[in-house]
Amino acid sequence: MAILINLNTRLLVQGITGQQGLFHTRQMIAYGTNVVGGITPGKGGQWVEGKPVFDTVRCAAEATGANVSVIYVPAPFAADAILEAIDAELPLIVAITEGIPVRDMMRVRRALDQSQSRLVGPNCPGLLTPGQSKVGIMPGHIAMPGSVGVVSRSGTLTYEAINALTQRGIGQSTCVGIGGDPINGTSFLDVLQMFEDDPDTEKVVLIGEIGGTDEQKAAEFIGQHMTKPVVAFIAGRRAPEGRTMGHAGAIVEGGVGTAAEKIALFQSVGVRVADTPEQIPELVAS
Amino acid sequence: MNLHEYQAKSRLEAFGIPVPHGQVAGTPQEARRIAENLGGTVVVKAQVLTGGRGKAGGVKLAWTPAEAEAHAQAILGMNIKGHIVRQVLVDPASAIKQEIYLGITNDRAARKPVIICSAEGGMDIEEVNRRKPEAIIREHVDPLLGLCDFQINALASGIELPYPLWKQFRRLAQALYDCFIASDATLCEINPLAITEEGDLLALDAKMSIDDNSLFRHPDLAALRDTSAEPEAETRARAANLSYVRLDGQIGCLVNGAGLAMATMDMTSLYGEADGIGPANFLDIGGGADAETVAAALRIILTDPDVKAILLNIFGGITRADEVARGVIQAFSEFESDLPKIVRLVGTNEEEGRRLLEEAHIPNIITATTLSEAARKAVAAVKGG
Repeated sequence: MAILINLNTRLLVQGITGQQGLFHTRQMIAYGTNVVGGITPGKGGQWVEGKPVFDTVRCAAEATGANVSVIYVPAPFAADAILEAIDAELPLIVAITEGIPVRDMMRVRRALDQSQSRLVGPNCPGLLTPGQSKVGIMPGHIAMPGSVGVVSRSGTLTYEAINALTQRGIGQSTCVGIGGDPINGTSFLDVLQMFEDDPDTEKVVLIGEIGGTDEQKAAEFIGQHMTKPVVAFIAGRRAPEGRTMGHAGAIVEGGVGTAAEKIALFQSVGVRVADTPEQIPELVAS
Repeated sequence: MNLHEYQAKSRLEAFGIPVPHGQVAGTPQEARRIAENLGGTVVVKAQVLTGGRGKAGGVKLAWTPAEAEAHAQAILGMNIKGHIVRQVLVDPASAIKQEIYLGITNDRAARKPVIICSAEGGMDIEEVNRRKPEAIIREHVDPLLGLCDFQINALASGIELPYPLWKQFRRLAQALYDCFIASDATLCEINPLAITEEGDLLALDAKMSIDDNSLFRHPDLAALRDTSAEPEAETRARAANLSYVRLDGQIGCLVNGAGLAMATMDMTSLYGEADGIGPANFLDIGGGADAETVAAALRIILTDPDVKAILLNIFGGITRADEVARGVIQAFSEFESDLPKIVRLVGTNEEEGRRLLEEAHIPNIITATTLSEAARKAVAAVKGG
């Protein structure tokens, strides 16, 4: 079961002939993901790693029966790549690309709201259902199958948490990176709802950071709708106001979005908040 | 990236927004010449990328060219919140009947641009929002439809703008939105927007911020970046594609990934706070960094005189630990440094990375396996030194 991706995932890779796209296509195939083809405009008809390359997402989806697309297209062209995947009516689109302009993402968001597609990302490490499927760039070897759902705005910090869980013998149902941009496709709230509904997930780990109000909304949702226990970690306790901390979305503006504010809200709804990443598995196990 | 007032105003003017026709001076003599050419009363305004210029004495009215020169003399070189004034804008002074506020920014929660208007111009909009929130009128803009005339009418009505000005106001608000979109701005603000005695709208002051991620398609805007006000290390970091923010602690942090870099900062201050020890910087080398990037990052940390220990925290996913090790070796072969170096390398190719570091015999390397251990050792190293 798990959420979003599993053994039935049939994956297209947008930007499959690029350096990043090619490297991670190999990694995903090695993990066992069912990659059914790729897209690079102008390179239709070629083959990469034994997979057919198409000029357009529509042709690729029709020919392969794909149900997920992952995007490694460079930032200047990434928004158009997402719009193309929406137009081809793919139910799930995962955008790894970092650095997409906000204006482009506002247009994408608007198109998304009128479609049936779900976007995860951009600027995210993607999805990993241990032992079944990997879509994106998460290192597969640090994860193991289990019943803890992981959702995160970060990349390497997510690996840190997954690794810490695995070291303690705690496996994961699905790991979801929602990305560090101010405007994204899937929120904490969306993923929490999916984990709550997923029979394979028993507990949830949420990794947030400073900036925005997504964690606050998540806390409210947990208080009202979640029956499964949640453990959280929030990065950026020491971040100064008005400075962007790496992720475009990680910025405290006008005193809104501080780590202290988010931690207090989580604690008020019974979420246990870890002080260090190593503490996450302790809180999950107890 | 923020634009100076004079840059923002010239950009607004290109989109058809009326602005005063002033000029920029780098010396008091130039300011005098500009004032002579303009004739009449002028305003001499410090050009710095920070707010609160007026309170700091960086904005002065001058009735004569000699006075303009004297004010420029006083303002140039002034330190306003850590920013040194290197240029002043000399604008013709205007006779003002009323001052209003008009700005556009992105509303993150609504995922749309929002245009904001208030009859309380000339003061900080955040301040107006605290004191008199009902004085602020907002309209969210659908990015596919653009700003509609009925929305501008709603703003005009909301601030009780005299009806004879509505036509002018519609043109101006539309131009501001066009400028916001065409510039990939995250903020376009006219404050104050003056209603002059002659009954015209005039943008007396303006602020613009541009989305850094969009600069690839705006070389003209990218060229406007003023790096003179920021720490040199941040300029160099940007050139090397590193995300760097200087902080006030002693532990120089080098990390892959923004979230992990923040967590590393948090851990060092968690363990060091009691002794006044904390991170000297936020530094994310990004995903898939090669040896050259790591070396560039270390050079930046090593030139910070406040750094008493270096903490290298790498969780290799796409980033390979052996590449990171090569960068570390390269950097320390250029710079002799006795500083304690706490190294935590885990993930892809970690054994190879550790072996390379051991064989390089770099002085004063301390290894750690977990983030907490690394942070504690870094704090201890600063205390011990």
